[in-house]
Amino acid sequence: MNFDFSDDQKFLKREARKFLEAACPIATTRSVLDSRDKPFDEPLWRKVVEMGWTGTVIPEKWGGSGLGHTDLCAIAEELGRVIAPIPFASTVYVFAEAILAFGEDRQCERLLPAIAAGEAIGCLAVGEGRGRLACDAMTTRVEDERLHGAKIPVTDGDIATHAIVAARDDAGLGLFVVDLATAEGVRREPIESLDPTRSAARIVFEGAECERLGAAGEGKAQLDTVMNRAAVLFAFEQLGGADRCLETAREYALERYAFGRVIASYQAIKHKLADIYVKNELARSHAYYGAWALGAGESNLPLAAAAARVAGIQSYDFAAKENLQTHGGIGFTWEVDCHLHLRRSRQLALALGGISNWREQLVQELEARNQH
Amino acid sequence: MDFNDSPEEAEFRARARAWLAANAPEVNWAQLDQSDEPAMKAAGQAWQARKADAGFACISWPREWGGGGESPVMQAIFDEEEGAYGIAFRFFGIGLGMCLPTLMAVGDAQTCKRFVGPALRGDEIWCQLFSEPGAGSDVAASRTRAVRANDGSGDWIVNGQKVWTSGAHYSDYGLLLARTDPDVPKHKGLTMFWLDMRSPGIEVRPIHQASGDSEFNEVFFADVRIRDCQRLGEIGEGWKVALITLMNERLAVGMGSGPGWRELLALARELPGADGRPAVEDQALREKLADWYVGAEGIRLTRLRVMTALSRGQAPGPEASIGKIVSARQMQDVATEALDRLDQFGIVAGEAGGADIAAFDYNFFFGGALRIAGGSDEILKNIIAERVLGLPADIRVDRDVAFKDIPRGR
Ligand SMILES: Cc1cc2nc3c(=O)[nH]c(=O)nc-3n(C[C@H](O)[C@H](O)[C@H](O)COP(=O)(O)OP(=O)(O)OC[C@H]3O[C@@H](n4cnc5c(N)ncnc54)[C@H](O)[C@@H]3O)c2cc1C
Repeated sequence: MNFDFSDDQKFLKREARKFLEAACPIATTRSVLDSRDKPFDEPLWRKVVEMGWTGTVIPEKWGGSGLGHTDLCAIAEELGRVIAPIPFASTVYVFAEAILAFGEDRQCERLLPAIAAGEAIGCLAVGEGRGRLACDAMTTRVEDERLHGAKIPVTDGDIATHAIVAARDDAGLGLFVVDLATAEGVRREPIESLDPTRSAARIVFEGAECERLGAAGEGKAQLDTVMNRAAVLFAFEQLGGADRCLETAREYALERYAFGRVIASYQAIKHKLADIYVKNELARSHAYYGAWALGAGESNLPLAAAAARVAGIQSYDFAAKENLQTHGGIGFTWEVDCHLHLRRSRQLALALGGISNWREQLVQELEARNQH
Repeated sequence: MDFNDSPEEAEFRARARAWLAANAPEVNWAQLDQSDEPAMKAAGQAWQARKADAGFACISWPREWGGGGESPVMQAIFDEEEGAYGIAFRFFGIGLGMCLPTLMAVGDAQTCKRFVGPALRGDEIWCQLFSEPGAGSDVAASRTRAVRANDGSGDWIVNGQKVWTSGAHYSDYGLLLARTDPDVPKHKGLTMFWLDMRSPGIEVRPIHQASGDSEFNEVFFADVRIRDCQRLGEIGEGWKVALITLMNERLAVGMGSGPGWRELLALARELPGADGRPAVEDQALREKLADWYVGAEGIRLTRLRVMTALSRGQAPGPEASIGKIVSARQMQDVATEALDRLDQFGIVAGEAGGADIAAFDYNFFFGGALRIAGGSDEILKNIIAERVLGLPADIRVDRDVAFKDIPRGR
C-alpha cells in the first residue's frame, strides 16, 4: 500500500506548478473572463500542448507520452489551482478518455494523435435543457448516419473540433463522434455561462454527418464510463482549486486587521479555515483513491468516482464561498479573484451532472455491495 | 499510488486472516453482554493475550519490548481484518493507544521492560489521569500537586483530584500529570508520573454519565506516595510528555465506532417510509447516506495516508486531528437520523427496542461525548488552525503569569 504520489509524480507536479505559475498567472485567466470574443487562452493552450500534457495517457504509438492516469491527476490538480482558461477538461478528461475507452483502432489512429498534437479540441454534447439528464427522454436522433437535434449547454462547444454526442437511433441510446470543423449541418451559437473563463455553446445538428463510437445501443453504460473516468480527473481540478482558496483565504486573513489585530487571530475565522482544511483533506483522500481505481481499471470505479466527485464538489464549493466570506466586502468585487473560484467551482460541479446524480449513484453502489 | 497490498502486506493479511478465522469464531461476539463489565473485561483480556501469543498484539511496536516491529500499515491491516468480526473492547485503547506509547517515548529501559509486555497482553490495564475539574481543554492548568517528601527519600507526595478518568475503576496503572511548581507559568511547572492505581490514598468514584452508564470516574489523591523512579521525563517537562500522549490520542480515537452508514442503510431497508414504501427509497435519506459514506470512507482513507507517512518514520502530526472532528459528529448525526426514521418508535429503548436501536441510542449519546473527549471539536479546530495552517494562537491572558496567580472560575 502506498497512499501518496510517487517521487516521480511529485517531481512532475512540482514542475507543472512552476510552469503554470509562469504560463498562467491570474491575469491570463482574467483576460478570458474580461473579453467576450476570447473563448480561451490560445497561447496557454499551445504551451500546454508543447508540454505534452494533452497526450499524457495516450499511448506512444498514437503520439502520446504513454504515462499513467495518476500522472494526469497530478497535472489536473495543478490546472485546477490556477483556474486554467483552456479546454483541457473537455479535450483530455472527456474526449480523449472516451476515444481510449471505446474507439476502434482506426478512430484512435485518427483522433488520438490529433489530441496529443493539440490539433483536436473535444467536447461532450449530452444535455438538452433544464433539469436532470434523462437518457430515455433524449430527443437527439441519428437517422442514416445523420444527426438531428440540439444540445445545450456544451462546454467548449464553440471552439471544439470534435464532439461526442449522445443520441438515439433504432438500437437505443448511443455515442457518436462528429467532426464539427468539417461536417455540414452543424450550427453553433456561443452562449453566456456562469464561468466565462470556460466557453459554452448551443449546438444544433441538422443532418450532420456522424460516426458511431463503441457498440450500438450501449450509450447509457458508455456515458457512465465516460462520466466516471472524467469525475476522478475533475476531482483533482476541484482539489487544486479548493487548496488555492484555502491558501488565499489564509494569506488574506493574516494581513487584514480589524479591531487592532489580524482577522486570522479570531476563532470564527480560524475555525472556518480549519473546516475548509478538513473538507479538502477528505476530498484529497477520495481523489487519490479514485486515481488508483481509474489507473488500475478497478471494478469499484463507479463507487470511487462518485465518492471523489461528491467530496470534490463539496470541498471546492465550501472553500470558494468561505474564501469570499473571509475577504469581506472586497471579496465581492470583480477585481478580486474570489469570484473566479466561485465560478469555476460551480462550472466543475455541474459540468458532469450535479451532486444529486452522484450521490444517487453512490448509494446504488452501496446497496449493490451490501445485500441483506 | 497503490491501494493494493504489497506482496509482504498481502502475505501478512493472509496470515492475519487465517489466524482470525481459526481463533475469532470461538467467541460469539455479538452475544457478549456489553453491560456486564467484569465478563467483558475477562473476554477482552483473554482475546488480547491470545493475540499477543500469536504475535498480533501491538504489531508496530518495537520488537525489543515485545512488539511486532512492523510498519503501522500492518497494524491497520490487522485492525481491518479484526474489525470484520465485530471485535471491539474499550479496555485497552487508552493504555495501548496513549499511555504505553508515551512510556516508550520517554521511559527508561527498565520501565519499558516492566510495563510494555503485560500491557500488550492485556494483563495490565492503564488509564489517563490528565483532566481535572478546573483543567480540561486547558489541561495544562492541572493543579493536582506532587511535592517532594521531606524525608530525603526523593519520593513524591500527591494530593488533588482528577476527573473524567475513563476506566480508572478497572485500571491497574495510570499516567499522572501533576503540578510540581506553581510559581512558574502553567506549562513549565508540570511533571509526568506513572502510578499504581492501588496505591494507598487513591480513591476512585464512578460518575453517573448523561448516557446512564458509568465509564469514567473521579479520582482523588490523599497523600499518595510515589517514588522518583516513577517520574517520566524531567521535572517541569510534563507538558512536553503530555503532548506525546495527546498526539497519540488523536490518532487512537479518530475512527468513530458503533453503527454508521452501513447499519443505517440496513435499518432503512426494513423500515416503512412515506406511503409504506421502504424508507431507503426516500431521496432525502439517500443523499445523507451518500455524504456519510464520503465522511466515513474519507476518514478511513485519510488515516491510511497518515499510516503511509508513519511508516516512513514521521511522527503522528496534527493532521490526525481531522478524524475525530468528522467521525464524532457523524456518530451523533447518523444515530439521530436512525431514530428519526424509526419515527415514534425511536423513543423505545431497552429490550422493547432491540439490539440495533440500542446501538443507535448508545451513539446518540456517545457521539456527544466523543465531541468533547480527547480534545473538543473547538480545540481540535484550533490545533489545525494554529499548527497546520500557521494562524496566530488565541490571545492568552495566562501566558506569562505564575500559575498560582491565574484567576479561576467554576
Ligand atoms: C467520555 C469522556 C471520556 C474522557 N476520558 C478521559 C480520560 O480518560 N482521561 C482524562 O484525562 N480526561 C478524559 N476526559 C476529559 C476530556 O479530555 C475533557 O472533558 C475535555 O478535554 C474538555 O474539557 P472540559 O470537560 O473541562 O471542558 P471545558 O474545557 O470546560 O470546555 C467547555 C466548552 O468550552 C470550549 N472551549 C474550551 N476552551 C476553548 C477555547 N480555547 N476555544 C474555544 N472553545 C473552548 C470547549 O470546546 C467546550 O465546548 C473524558 C471526557 C469524556 C467526555
